[in-house]
Amino acid sequence: MASRAVELKNVGFETGGLWLLRGVSAEVDVGQTVAIIGPSGAGKSTLISLINLMRTPTEGEIWVLGQEVRAWPVRELRQRVGMVFQSPVIFPGSVRDNVLFGLELHRRPPRDVAELLQMVDLPAHLADHAAEDLSGGQKSRVALARTLAMEPDILLLDEVTAALDVHAKREVESTLLRLKRELGKTMLWVTHDLDQARRVADEVWFVAGGRLVERGTPAEIFNEPRSEALRSFLAEGGEVRS
Amino acid sequence: MSYVSLSFTVLFVALSIALSLWLRLGVERDIVVAAVRAAVQLIVIGYILKLVFASHRLVFIVLMVALIIAVAAWNARGRAKGIPGAFWRIACGLVVTEILTQAVLVGFGVIPFQARYVITTSGMIVGNSMVAAGLLMNRLRREVENGRNEIMAILALGGTPRQAMYPRLVQAIRAGMIPTIDSTKTTGLVQLPGMMTGQIIAGQDPVQAVRYQLMILFCILAGSAVTSIVIGFLTYPTLFNRYQQLREDVLT
Ligand SMILES: Nc1ncnc2c1ncn2[C@@H]1O[C@H](COP(=O)(O)OP(=O)(O)OP(=O)(O)O)[C@@H](O)[C@H]1O
Ligand SMILES: [Mg+2]
Repeated sequence: MASRAVELKNVGFETGGLWLLRGVSAEVDVGQTVAIIGPSGAGKSTLISLINLMRTPTEGEIWVLGQEVRAWPVRELRQRVGMVFQSPVIFPGSVRDNVLFGLELHRRPPRDVAELLQMVDLPAHLADHAAEDLSGGQKSRVALARTLAMEPDILLLDEVTAALDVHAKREVESTLLRLKRELGKTMLWVTHDLDQARRVADEVWFVAGGRLVERGTPAEIFNEPRSEALRSFLAEGGEVRS
Repeated sequence: MSYVSLSFTVLFVALSIALSLWLRLGVERDIVVAAVRAAVQLIVIGYILKLVFASHRLVFIVLMVALIIAVAAWNARGRAKGIPGAFWRIACGLVVTEILTQAVLVGFGVIPFQARYVITTSGMIVGNSMVAAGLLMNRLRREVENGRNEIMAILALGGTPRQAMYPRLVQAIRAGMIPTIDSTKTTGLVQLPGMMTGQIIAGQDPVQAVRYQLMILFCILAGSAVTSIVIGFLTYPTLFNRYQQLREDVLT
């Protein structure tokens, strides 16, 4: 199997006459964690949504595990490339229903819900609660657990810890890093939390104005930023608006 | 009834206009347009039906029914803004409904295969199905607009458009059927159905009129179900593209 998990070749995405992304070329090796940082509205969410074909690239190609995204059977691609949305989606029903939702869609055997909840630092007794009644941070972890239950090879994470307190955030981080260490999962992890990017990433991509402006190791990106855009972004602590 | 006695009822129109002016309801123009349209449409239809009934030619029956369906589909399409190909899908649903109901009515000898029966029953059944189609389309739009995030989440888990849409489609189909079911429940209690009233005024035995009315009610019930289901299942796939994405260029 290819050692490249994801390869972006001059990717652009246009909608309504507007290019939200342009000229993005990069690759992610199997087992690598890439943190994607950049100002709000930069195109980070757009970028990862191309990788599981929730959006179709307007130009360029995206190769995932050895095949162009449009050549994959969609159902299979999206099972192997799991995505957690920026705003968590909760389905009607219990936490258990929610966590097993994806498996159910594919008639795959259910998994141990307590174990999945533990992975995202939620107590097992929540399993039978109505998912609608959970707090925002709990909902985002249920959504993450639902994607983890699918055992994808590649994880697309969009601000998955944004709504969590320090403790829960660390738990989720350590779960994801364990999955990477033990099972070789590949991750593209969008985050506004620069310290988190430092902690989890093998490589950091800085996206701004629809372009991949800079990429490098966390040390390179945070200690020796080359572009003016990245320098001012870091100077503002990652809070600049584009 | 002569045209002279009919002309007295124009007083009702005048009364409505006077009320609208007096209370500043601002609907007097619409009342005039509605009254004139109703008069012209019905009088023209009356003469056309007279011709068709006299000729006994199959082609006229088919043409009349096609015209009814085309107008109904065009009308219901107005409720389906942003849904591509809505006219043809609605027309298809109405055609299936028409064929099914007439096959049963004529096939089992409930009504004779004559223009007088086929065209009138078709008009009633298609007219009601048109309303069901409009409600269905309207609800389908809302279901997709309000459920966008959930639909996307199901697709992102590798679910098919059908899996993502099924519960919403069911709601839309129900929305198409419920008014018909409800009005069937209270029929005869609140108001006498139009056809029955007409037959009784024309001198028919009320019990005979009731039988015809029941037949029509059952056809309308089945019609709203068939129409809603056919159109619902024909329409939802157009909201997605071949990569199982919710199309952004529709429903906006
Ligand atoms: N369907 C769409 N049509 C037009 N513009 C869109 C559409 N979706 C997103 N955009 C725009 O594209 C830009 C990039 O959006 P995107 O969600 O990828 O940003 P982001 O980097 O994830 O931002 P954030 O950090 O706030 O989540 C934004 O300016 C957004 O308004
Ligand atoms: Mg985003």
